[in-house]
Amino acid sequence: MRMDHTMQRSKFLTGHRTDNWWIEPVLVLLGLSAFLAYATWAAFQGNHYYSISYLSPFYSPLIYIKSGVAGAAPLWHSLLGEWPSWWPGFLPASPALLILIFPGLFRFTCYYYRGAYYKAFAGSPPGCAIGVIPQKNYQGETWLLIFQNLHRYTMYIALLYIVILGVDAIAAFVHEGIIGLGVGSLILVLNPILLGLYTFGCHSFRHLVGGGKDCFSCSRSGAMQGIYKKVSWMNSNHKLFAWLSLCWVAFSDIYVRLVSMGLISDWNTWGV
Amino acid sequence: MTKLRHFEIWRGDKQSGQMVSYQTEVGEGMVVLDAIHQIQSESAGDMAVRWNCKAGKCGSCSIEVNGVPKLACMTRMNDYQNDEVISCRPMKSFPVIKDLVSDVSWNYRQNKRIKPFAPKSRDKDGNYRMFQEDIDRVQEFRKCIECYLCQNTCHVIRDQQKEDDFVGPRYMIRLASLEMHPLDTADRIPEIKSEYGSGLCNITKCCTAVCPEHIQITDNGIIPLKERVVDRYYDPIMWLKRKLFSGKKS
Repeated sequence: MRMDHTMQRSKFLTGHRTDNWWIEPVLVLLGLSAFLAYATWAAFQGNHYYSISYLSPFYSPLIYIKSGVAGAAPLWHSLLGEWPSWWPGFLPASPALLILIFPGLFRFTCYYYRGAYYKAFAGSPPGCAIGVIPQKNYQGETWLLIFQNLHRYTMYIALLYIVILGVDAIAAFVHEGIIGLGVGSLILVLNPILLGLYTFGCHSFRHLVGGGKDCFSCSRSGAMQGIYKKVSWMNSNHKLFAWLSLCWVAFSDIYVRLVSMGLISDWNTWGV
Repeated sequence: MTKLRHFEIWRGDKQSGQMVSYQTEVGEGMVVLDAIHQIQSESAGDMAVRWNCKAGKCGSCSIEVNGVPKLACMTRMNDYQNDEVISCRPMKSFPVIKDLVSDVSWNYRQNKRIKPFAPKSRDKDGNYRMFQEDIDRVQEFRKCIECYLCQNTCHVIRDQQKEDDFVGPRYMIRLASLEMHPLDTADRIPEIKSEYGSGLCNITKCCTAVCPEHIQITDNGIIPLKERVVDRYYDPIMWLKRKLFSGKKS
């Protein structure tokens, strides 16, 4: 039964709020747009993604490597060897293009980002108690956006990426067989930590480790509730870790790129 | 020490209405509801405002203060600048009865649609047993005072006019409290997906933002329900697991 509305519906972007409600969606719009622009540019470069023993997280894991490219990783780093001949010529031979889609999908379907970009990009709603972009028949996440329900599968792949980037972080402490330390090592070690705090706080992960259960005391060990509580803490800070990990992964690529291009020097114990 | 403050209050009924200006002296510690009552006694004896406990626990005085859904009794006047005009409107999502009072009976009808609590059999000694760790989550939802600020701010109801298809955040929380209850045996997942409209929520967290009890409506209630819907309808591995083992509630 429809409600009899006396009050008129608000027009798009209008409402009676007098506070600065628009600041957060504008920051989200600018932040995500800047990240998308930089990540796309960096992914299409296909060069300067490796230096000393630092591998940019945008390019890891390296499935194929095109040798001879400036700032490319050595061929032994590649999982499947030299760049394949079947790769379409109109696309640059960039290892990032093979792998970035997976963490990208994880973030795209993330519950936090969904809420944030529906507000910032789709105006649905632009702010709380602010008029939405008019839609004839709002469908929410039931029709075109039904694929958002596959978030848990992207999360499984994201968990694998934490392991891969963890291995990269350890490798960043070894150069030509010598264990050492550089600014790049510290940057790359922080990367899987922040990604871990973000991914293990994912709502789907929380559901997997106990959220889907009605009874914690029914499990054989008491471990489930302990894990659930820790995951819930990370989940309550999901927004913070989403942004920190997003910014850090971009910063890591920028750092490796600048070192690889010779525009900055890395302070390290190897003296390179 | 008091200060003269300027108010704009919506006056009207189902047919029509307008914003009317008032001025009143506001003293230290006053909340918006105090100021409204003062205006009522000084210059607008026929102004309607619903209230009861004045302690943020009955959920009666829900209005929109400067466009933000709030409890009038918990909104302090010193949250606003001294020269700021305070506007008070009835909740936009519900039909107006008079002035600041809206008809929230649509919410009661949603409540009646929900399959009630269906506890499992008692233990042999005639008691029910459950552990604190199993009801921690449900207890958060029991804090709800049914102020309907979340229902009012939810754009699915407020702007998208989907009140026939979505029960709203308050009742998603009620559904979560039933679905997560360790003693409950009823299965509401098919209704949560189809009749109650979990898929219409696009998790923008406005309901959480306005909740005076600080219930994490989206993170702890709606999203876990959405995940349970995914278990049932969108996850092929869970489907296989159910086929191989059982379809019982976990």
